[in-house]
Amino acid sequence: MKPRNAVYRAGGLLLPGLPTLLAALTTFVLFMLFLVVQGKPAWQACQLVVQGAFGSAFAWENTLQRAAPLMLAALCVALPARAGLIIIGGEGALVLGGLAAAVTPLWLPGLPVVPLLLCMALSAMVVGGFWIGLNGWMRQKRGLNETIGSLLLSYVAIAIFNQLVEGPLRDPASLNKPSTIPLDDSVMIGPISDAFQVHWGLVVGVIACLLAQVLVRNSVTGFSLQVVGGNVRTARMIGLPVDRLVILTCVLGGACAGLAGMFEVAAVQGSANAAIIAGYGASGILVAFAARQNPLAIIVCAILLGGIEASGSLLQRRLGLPNATTLILEGILFTSLLAWEALTPRIVAWRLRLNERAEQTQGALQHG
Amino acid sequence: MRALSLETIGAGKVFGNFRALDNVSMRVRPGTVHALLGENGAGKSTLVKGIVGYGPLDEGSVLVGGKEQSIQSPRDSHSLGIGMVYQHFTVAPGLSVAENLVLSRGELPWAIDWKQERAALDAFMARMPFKLDIERAVSSLAAGEKQKLEILKQLYLDRRFIILDEPTSVLTPQEAEEVLGLMQQLAHAGELSVLMITHKFGEVMRFADDVTVLRRGQLVGSKAVADTDEAELSAWMMGESREQSTALERVEHLAERTPGLEVSNLKVANDRGTLAVRGVSLSVLPGEIVGIAGISGNGQRELTEALLGQRPASAGEVRVNGRPYSASRAEMQREKVYSLPEEPLRNACIAGLSVAENLALRDYDHAPLCRSGWLINRKAIRERARELIGRFQVRPNDPDRPIGTLSGGNVQRAVLARELTEDVAVLIVSNPVFGLDFASVELIHRRLLEARNRGAAVLLLSEDLDELLELSDRILVIHDGEINHQTVPAEAERQVLGRYMAGTEHSAQQVAG
Repeated sequence: MKPRNAVYRAGGLLLPGLPTLLAALTTFVLFMLFLVVQGKPAWQACQLVVQGAFGSAFAWENTLQRAAPLMLAALCVALPARAGLIIIGGEGALVLGGLAAAVTPLWLPGLPVVPLLLCMALSAMVVGGFWIGLNGWMRQKRGLNETIGSLLLSYVAIAIFNQLVEGPLRDPASLNKPSTIPLDDSVMIGPISDAFQVHWGLVVGVIACLLAQVLVRNSVTGFSLQVVGGNVRTARMIGLPVDRLVILTCVLGGACAGLAGMFEVAAVQGSANAAIIAGYGASGILVAFAARQNPLAIIVCAILLGGIEASGSLLQRRLGLPNATTLILEGILFTSLLAWEALTPRIVAWRLRLNERAEQTQGALQHG
Repeated sequence: MRALSLETIGAGKVFGNFRALDNVSMRVRPGTVHALLGENGAGKSTLVKGIVGYGPLDEGSVLVGGKEQSIQSPRDSHSLGIGMVYQHFTVAPGLSVAENLVLSRGELPWAIDWKQERAALDAFMARMPFKLDIERAVSSLAAGEKQKLEILKQLYLDRRFIILDEPTSVLTPQEAEEVLGLMQQLAHAGELSVLMITHKFGEVMRFADDVTVLRRGQLVGSKAVADTDEAELSAWMMGESREQSTALERVEHLAERTPGLEVSNLKVANDRGTLAVRGVSLSVLPGEIVGIAGISGNGQRELTEALLGQRPASAGEVRVNGRPYSASRAEMQREKVYSLPEEPLRNACIAGLSVAENLALRDYDHAPLCRSGWLINRKAIRERARELIGRFQVRPNDPDRPIGTLSGGNVQRAVLARELTEDVAVLIVSNPVFGLDFASVELIHRRLLEARNRGAAVLLLSEDLDELLELSDRILVIHDGEINHQTVPAEAERQVLGRYMAGTEHSAQQVAG
């Protein structure tokens, strides 16, 4: 009797992951189909995706390097989602955060490296937090739909970024690729170790996800956010400061996205330029939905998605597939995720039934 | 005569354990206006939904024009010539009057010959006792004109029996007068028969030929309007007798105390931005239940929401235990303010969270449910939930189950367990037993009286007069966002209360509770 009980319990715990699993399977089938239709070797391509993502130490480094900003960008979706918001404008917070980080050393010359890096991170988080916080504010105080508002504000952010980088903040020495004045080599964030060429953004991303998990799962504030996201009328009835909580979660999410921009500048590009507008915000949405807004699952999903993106060049080299192939793979994945999301109400029902079975077997155990 | 007669014999309808309609037999004579009176929940809507086929009757039969008919869907009733005008408009505001009329036919050819349709509509309008320009956009019509369009639509569709659901609730008195006058005219001309749901005695007296009163799903009486009067109708509607409270003995408290809840000149806007609560003042002493009676839609919902903090007040002041109160969490916890709002699943719970989590909503930010001031202690939450579930008999006995999967009575018990703690000082209650079974009603009423006897100031808003008369120490009547009457249950007469509730009687001066 006992093992069966354990099976029911485990089933109940794993069920929430079912839509993601089904989405992965659907994506696999559709992607194969997509390749077969083109007359490409589908199975080999899939092997290459795995190989390019996780096949070697170099592939792992490439994957994890990409996963770091994805984790932070995904938190920009997952944290506001806790309060019932769908924010899709993380890209804007990311690029403005990156820009803020890139110009901080100009305003604070002569600061030692570590305090300077902290100041850069802080300014990136403040700017990013402000940008997404603005969305929360507009939603609560002006009744603006946060999804559309954040998307539009993201375009505004990118326009501001381009305007500043190509205008007042441009390094005159950057000729065909407008950039801000490059960071000094001493300020550049290096790899975690020589043997493991992934920058410290990965560590920060994982820590941020762990902190977010503690926040949403274990803290009083997280519980309040869940109440706000679950039923705002009830939240008001028990006296929660709904507006403040919504704006808070937006600010925290935006700060994460801003931090991702800071690492792109200080660990990868060396200056703020158009290369940091690389679609991390959009991929972050994908990661957050695949993780079903769970911060711990974001770590795993970000690594998987980073892997897919990392495998793009291998597909290009070996099979002559265009680079957009990985984008198509991501697109199919996202669509499948949203489609399978419709299972949620049934999953709740199945979970209840499993729990009841578990209880029954337990009861039988006690009585028998 | 085109007008149809309609008769129900032994009509009945059951929702779960709840008998919404019980053995109702009534007859609408052809070519008359028949009023259907009753309080909220008396079964009026259930009856007409059965006749129209939206919610087919479980028992009994419907005779249309003297012949028994099976009405299982609106399609059936429409083909018999029965139509209904709903309380809320069912017109397409972006289209013209002509388009709305043609659209209402339902079955249209793939291409519409507008020239021919317009000619037909013009001819139709010429026959009608009241007219609308068929080219006008519906969005430009006033409420009364929209109501006329709804009625024209029924005539255009050749209905011979029209049901009106509170037809004047959205109209000004002048518009109401005109529309009802027209209906009466059409009926007396033998064009159609009218069954009209209403709360307003004045309309019954002036426009109806016959009247039927329902109460708690049962037929109380049915007779010609000429043979009755308002006093009799009020008595029918509100019930003659009052069951004696079998519950707890009341503990009397001293009157000389700071009011637990004090509301002065409170004004609250509704969703459309107009004032639904227009300067309400009242006070509730500790150890007192103040009941607010009123027909739904007279500002009770907005008043409750404002007191709960779900809706901002546009003017006025609320004080709790003598101190200004803005419904913040800190104030709620300091002053011990709790509430049982109506529709608990919508207003007081999070359907997707577990029973245990829902039971923790009031104090999850305090020890013992949280540690070190910020860490949620899920184990403590679950243990406390087990204890409350046992004490308040919530079924099923599983703290981890999402509360949205519980029955209505059990959701209300869970909310009761959370809100009626030992030390509640102020309690705001709204329709606490709506739709609940007998046992739950007993339990909830007993708990409310217990809270009162322990010294809580209880404000009870209810549409159930029996509940108010049984529980309240004082009763206020709200009509159109204003308190227009105050009484104590011992002296309260149902007819008088009913007239104040319906707004047919106004006290000379504003009553402050």
